[in-house]
Amino acid sequence: MTTAADHIDPAVRAEALASLLIERGLVDQATMDNFIKTYEQSVGPMNGAKVVARAWTDPAYEERLLADGTGAIAELGFKGPQGEHIVVLRNTPKVHNVVVCTLCSCYPWPVLGLPPSWYKDPSYRSRIVREPRAVLAEFGLELGEDVEVRVVDSSSEVRYMVLPMRPAGTDELAEEDLAALVTRDAMVGVAEVAAP
Amino acid sequence: MNGSVGRADPAYLLDSSGPAAPPRDNGELVFAAPWESRAFGLTLALNETGLIDWEDFRQALIREIGAWEAAHPSGEGWSYYECWLRALERTASAKGLVDPRALADRAEQLAALPAGHDHEAHDHEGDQHNIHNETPNHP
Repeated sequence: MTTAADHIDPAVRAEALASLLIERGLVDQATMDNFIKTYEQSVGPMNGAKVVARAWTDPAYEERLLADGTGAIAELGFKGPQGEHIVVLRNTPKVHNVVVCTLCSCYPWPVLGLPPSWYKDPSYRSRIVREPRAVLAEFGLELGEDVEVRVVDSSSEVRYMVLPMRPAGTDELAEEDLAALVTRDAMVGVAEVAAP
Repeated sequence: MNGSVGRADPAYLLDSSGPAAPPRDNGELVFAAPWESRAFGLTLALNETGLIDWEDFRQALIREIGAWEAAHPSGEGWSYYECWLRALERTASAKGLVDPRALADRAEQLAALPAGHDHEAHDHEGDQHNIHNETPNHP
């Protein structure tokens, strides 16, 4: 079965769909615009970075975060669609977690925003499972042979986020300064957090 | 959505050069073209009012991505949001929100408009979509 007007440019098809739905009163432009603006401007990896920095500086929070990701993340005010079942995995000197969604693009929106294009790409989604060390090396992350690499598959039931290791030499940094070190890639598990 | 999709912290939003900066400054923009954001906004709006079920949409998206990958083993020409849009068209049609024939007719009508009709005319502000080319750290 082909979709209606499948040969037509997607920009035109998106306009056609929007115009029909708006005419029927099923959606309104302001609601759409609000969602778009929110995910373009307000929700992104800076949220996850604050969660990581809190976990690094507050052991009790870290414990809650690892036990109930969604609940501990909501403590900082981050919730919403695709955040209902967040599980946080802690990287250690012996275990490195890296996240993928092999079937589509499941991703913990409240803490990381919308996924980057490489996360949705067919090549990342298939290769990170088959040859994780090679893919991580392409991201610039070379892990020692003694480090176990765990590739975890996000789904509608579970959205994973990685708690990266706190870099050495950051004992003096305040939580806010620690958050500024944390990158999206580190929270997906394709990078580590570099020391300042 | 329950009014709190996370917190917009002005201090962080203004820190446009730091690694914890907003999405557009953390490697790439969220949407590569206005129609992608339109497809996204439509989907979330329909989900919020319960007119579509997120899991139905997700399953449709998985089917579209799987079908595309089966038909394009080289990966050439990949567009995530084209799969997304097709999944949304199918989900909205299956729920009876749009008539597939009316949708096809409307698309044909719009496509036949003279050059210069702006198919993105009704999009939201923030028209910088096409200015930055994303430079993903691609594996």
